Amino acid sequence: MEALIKKLAEAWGPSGYEHQVRDLIRAEVEPLADEVWVDPLGNLICRIGDGPLRVMVSAHMDEIGVVVSHIDRQGFARFANLGGVLPATLLGARVRFENGAIAAVGVENQFSKRTTVPGLDGFFLDLPDDSGVQVGDAGAFVAETVWQNGRVIGKTLDNRLGCAVLIETLRRLKEQGTPHTVFGVFTVQEEVGSRGAMTGAFGVEPSLGIAIDVTPTGDVPKPSPSPVKLGAGAAIKARDTGHIVPAWIKELMVARAEEANIPHQFDVMQIGTTDAATMQLVRAGIPSGAVSIPTRNVHTRSETALLSDIQATVGLLVAVLSNAIERP
Amino acid sequence: MILRELSEAIGVSSAEDAVRDLIYEHIRDYVEDARIDALGNLIAVRRGTGAVDLRVMAAAHMDEVGMIVIGYDSDGSLRFRAVGGLDARILPGTRVLVGQDRIPGVIMWTPIHLNRSKDTVSIERLRIDIGASSRDSAQSAVERGELVAFDSRFVELGPTVRGKALDDRAGCASLIALVQGERFPFDLHVAFTVQEELGLRGARVAAQSIEPDVAFVLESTACHDLPADLDEPDQTTITRLGAGPAITVADRSMVSDPRLVRHLAQTGEREGIPFQFRSAQHAGGTDAGAIHLTRGGVPSAVVANPCRYLHGPTSVMNLSDFENQSRLLRAAWMALTPAILERD
Repeated sequence: MEALIKKLAEAWGPSGYEHQVRDLIRAEVEPLADEVWVDPLGNLICRIGDGPLRVMVSAHMDEIGVVVSHIDRQGFARFANLGGVLPATLLGARVRFENGAIAAVGVENQFSKRTTVPGLDGFFLDLPDDSGVQVGDAGAFVAETVWQNGRVIGKTLDNRLGCAVLIETLRRLKEQGTPHTVFGVFTVQEEVGSRGAMTGAFGVEPSLGIAIDVTPTGDVPKPSPSPVKLGAGAAIKARDTGHIVPAWIKELMVARAEEANIPHQFDVMQIGTTDAATMQLVRAGIPSGAVSIPTRNVHTRSETALLSDIQATVGLLVAVLSNAIERP
Repeated sequence: MILRELSEAIGVSSAEDAVRDLIYEHIRDYVEDARIDALGNLIAVRRGTGAVDLRVMAAAHMDEVGMIVIGYDSDGSLRFRAVGGLDARILPGTRVLVGQDRIPGVIMWTPIHLNRSKDTVSIERLRIDIGASSRDSAQSAVERGELVAFDSRFVELGPTVRGKALDDRAGCASLIALVQGERFPFDLHVAFTVQEELGLRGARVAAQSIEPDVAFVLESTACHDLPADLDEPDQTTITRLGAGPAITVADRSMVSDPRLVRHLAQTGEREGIPFQFRSAQHAGGTDAGAIHLTRGGVPSAVVANPCRYLHGPTSVMNLSDFENQSRLLRAAWMALTPAILERD
């Protein structure tokens, strides 16, 4: 799984421009799936099994990025964000465009601003000559993915970890079988407001939704409040700012985790939400839950997670999806 | 000039009737299955030649920003709130038309002889003066809940025109022209929508009933290109007047489908039709934000007329930008094929 995660995390796919990531994932899931298709907004949907309960399991493919909004006469580009780009992460970052051109991110008045961070409009992209980059082009940040002693650091672990977990879950379900119809949905445009999950869930019409995403941890110096710890296992969502998980879904996940001895913890997010919050409101309503992978430094180029948590998340999903699901 | 009729018609969000009637008169001989849906959208089909099997939706919103009367003061002045995005800084002294009877009024302000404050007066503290001298006389002239529009005459200034509600009557005028012209290879499902300024409300239900494969939104967008200081290399603008219709790549409501953006840009280049990209650095959303999330998802794009002083009583638009909006869309639609929307 380490190699798959590295490959996915280093792929290029800002919100709305997920095609390169989709191609990589498609190659992984095509041999596993009973059926694979891409819907009108670009979600990759992969069906396994044909049991009576339709379950949608989603992981978003997109990553935060930028769109070039203006290029001045010296060739420096200004940009807008795609998703939650944190200005403090920008200075010295690199941005890659679809054509392969790589820009460095600079800041106005660099040495007079040692302790303050300007807004996005204080930064610019330093493009190489004849880069071919134009106003309107989308870019994504660049960083190498590093594995050391079961710990991964890289960009876009949000949410290529979720994609890798979903691929691995589908692989195991293919081997073990599932009594359900499982739709693995690799969604687009989560970072700009869970847009792909909305249309994906409409098309799939599931009776149960589960989102896989990363969640920030509360175990670092002066953290945002969170009960989640790195290394404590798969984080079963209880609530976030857009989603109260139905008790039976939470209890189902806990029961399966305990039976299979899978390390798990509860996730209560104070900031942010996932595709599940959108899914629950589609059509006549879709009861939804979420499993999160504990991740530090979310939305930076050095997102950090543990293989043990990633494996626990796969284990939990396989345990849930390969067994009977009793709805109240 | 159809732009004059449309600009001077009054259709504050939720009361688009007069605009809808006017548009219907212009398209009725060219469309089939025209209907007004439950929220007030005007929906119709311009039959195509049948050469291309695609359900294509094109939308332009009929409504304009304005105000709503919410009460009276004892001196007969009207309290009001904004309908859609209004800037309180430009309202004092503005001429308005109040209610069904188009009662002329002016938004009160303190003359410069007396005003020492540089602060903006909030909408909550502004009042409309319709010449009433008591609460009773104001109340008998205007009901609570009546809508208020800018009182603004349409003027041709030369290469540009000036008027209210060019957002989005210019888009409506372009869509009318497209409907009236040569047939497209596909059936074009047009929607003149209501309540865009209140949150893309009409477009959402219009798209749910049309169920398109692909959608195009004809808009008018902000333009902030003055003062044009050519010595300022870092001057960023959302759009420039006269630089062609603006293609949206991303705004707060949508990341446009890259395949459609590419198709529009390639069409412009091939046909020699000027266009620009709307800067994504600025806020805003369009009907496409609602349409593209309808049902199983609808690949969508926006082509907009740059307008200075948007959401005010006197916007300024360049006529060649306006004409190129429909030229660009016509050329792009003539070349639209299902292959453009195929993946892999």
